[in-house]
Amino acid sequence: MLEAIILTIITAATPLLLAAIGELVVEKSGVLNLGVEGMMVMGAVAGFAVTISTGSPLLGIVGGAIAGMLVSLIFAFVTLTLVANQVASGLALTLFGLGLSGLMGESFVGQPGIKLQSLDVPGLTSLPFVGKILFGQDILVYLSFAAVFAVSWFLNRTRAGLILRAVGDNHTSAHALGYSVIGVRYLAVIFGGAMAGLGGAYLSVAYTPLWVENMTAGRGWIALALVVFASWMPWRAAIGAYLFGAVTVLQFHAQALGLGFPSQFLAMLPYLATVIVLVAISGNRRATLFNTPASLGKSFVPDR
Amino acid sequence: MMRLELVKRTQKSRLMSVLSPVIAVALTVVFAGIIFAAQGHSPLTGIWYFFLEPITSLWGVEQLITKATPLVIIALGLSVCYLSNNWNIGAEGQLTIGAIAGSILPILFPDFVSPVVLPLMLLMAMAGGALFALIPAKLKTIFGTNEILTSLMLVYCSNLFLDWMVRGPWRSPQGYNFPITIDFHEWAVLNAVDVGGIYINLSAPIALLLVIVLAVVMRSTLKGFEIRVLGQSPRAGSFAGFSNRRMTAFAFALSGALAGLAGMMVVMSEIGKLQPVISPGYGFTAIIVAFLGRLNPVGILIAGLVIASSYLGGEAIQTSLQMSSKLATVIQGVLLFFVLAADTLILYKVRLVTAREGEGAHA
Repeated sequence: MLEAIILTIITAATPLLLAAIGELVVEKSGVLNLGVEGMMVMGAVAGFAVTISTGSPLLGIVGGAIAGMLVSLIFAFVTLTLVANQVASGLALTLFGLGLSGLMGESFVGQPGIKLQSLDVPGLTSLPFVGKILFGQDILVYLSFAAVFAVSWFLNRTRAGLILRAVGDNHTSAHALGYSVIGVRYLAVIFGGAMAGLGGAYLSVAYTPLWVENMTAGRGWIALALVVFASWMPWRAAIGAYLFGAVTVLQFHAQALGLGFPSQFLAMLPYLATVIVLVAISGNRRATLFNTPASLGKSFVPDR
Repeated sequence: MMRLELVKRTQKSRLMSVLSPVIAVALTVVFAGIIFAAQGHSPLTGIWYFFLEPITSLWGVEQLITKATPLVIIALGLSVCYLSNNWNIGAEGQLTIGAIAGSILPILFPDFVSPVVLPLMLLMAMAGGALFALIPAKLKTIFGTNEILTSLMLVYCSNLFLDWMVRGPWRSPQGYNFPITIDFHEWAVLNAVDVGGIYINLSAPIALLLVIVLAVVMRSTLKGFEIRVLGQSPRAGSFAGFSNRRMTAFAFALSGALAGLAGMMVVMSEIGKLQPVISPGYGFTAIIVAFLGRLNPVGILIAGLVIASSYLGGEAIQTSLQMSSKLATVIQGVLLFFVLAADTLILYKVRLVTAREGEGAHA
């Protein structure tokens, strides 16, 4: 029972974690991309489409990442090159992504997909209890673990990470030092797009191998909230994603047990939990202010 | 290598303020043409069916007004929010809660049939929407919580709440187990009257009145000045004695009330009862309307009609060209991108430079 619960928590948390880690890097570079939901849902539809047309869920995942990158490029062009308002452009990206994915996915509704297989390690996967949890996951789960470590290492231990943080904290100084603010931000936004696309593809290829319109159901927005919750620290984003995964799973189990609560109220739990967590985190203003990238959401026009 | 270079204008371009939405609409039409061509239709035929054919009939104009009315009402409220730097994106939820609050009278007191029910319902819907919108506003002013995320999360909660209401406590006993409430009585619905061949109900003139009121308030009252000052420079606003906190509460309450009003009138005119889905995403589409209208009341009126026509266009291409009506949402999203991009022209001149020229500029 406990093993099954932990397994479902991991599957519920992985799409959130992938998207949140991507957005974390984007925000560290000083860009607020509110279009995570749109990029995720594009990743979901593209992942599903590529999977059933090639028969390969692995290619589907790649397709999801590419779709996320492509739509993130529109956002990057509008906000970085044309310095449009980032909040409004992010909303535009979400509305556009939800519309386009619905259009692209129309013919896939009701079609069965192909589920991404888990990578079993002979011998280890059959270990009692920890076997399936640690050694029986699919590639995206491992990738999400790796992304937490890689991004943490990149931001804190590499020169490129330092430059990215400098661009996010003070774009004028970073520009004066000769770094390409716009270039760094383009790369960050595209990385965020790829990660959101992967998160979306996880939903349609691994979580439920199906395409349903709006199947991200607000997960992109929860991922955005996770970044705030994490105070822009990758490992805290991981903790947050797993907490949310747990809330989602708890809700399903409570529904199954039939505790007398209407199912709609249980379905509200992840959204209410997001609000509560955001309130709790914002109460601690000093920590939030200290970690918030100082140029977050501000457009940059190089003076020539 | 070619690249775009922005050169800041010394002052806002008045010409571009007017022209930028026009440019955005023109680019969207071109984009739509390309999509039609890609789908194997003549671009001109597609553009005709999508943008123009729906409004060639009186019935089409009627539909246009019906769809534009809630969009305009909601976008008016959102414009006050966005102008004062309050990012309310939960209008869809405020619409839902408003409609539920207003429906208390005809559903719980079906025997209370009187002309006063109609205005009471509208007032209760506005109160419900406003109170629901005050949740993210208060969380923002008291705890500093990001209002974008909280207002959006509450949309999901409100839709689930409506779902529970119509399947649970408010389900009609005569509804054959369908998730619907009882039908509203005669004083709880908005009937359409014949105005020169088109049937319109009370909601359209209310929307028009609200446009005029807000235009006057924004242009020539202290409140309008306060909204703009606090949006552009909160510091300057506080020196003038304006309170940011009170403005946040005001903007959210106003937009929540208008969203609730719009939701109630949609229910009263088109549905006549509550059901799990009462809005085709008006609360979200109104965000596009607000920006396309440049956050200006008259602009929003025009933008509401433009966006409403895209809903009708979606239906038109479905019947005439057998294309998906979902193209409409894509075109709405693209339009918002073009609007935001074209707004750059107001503050900047955009130059296309080759790499060599660019180097020359540095020397």
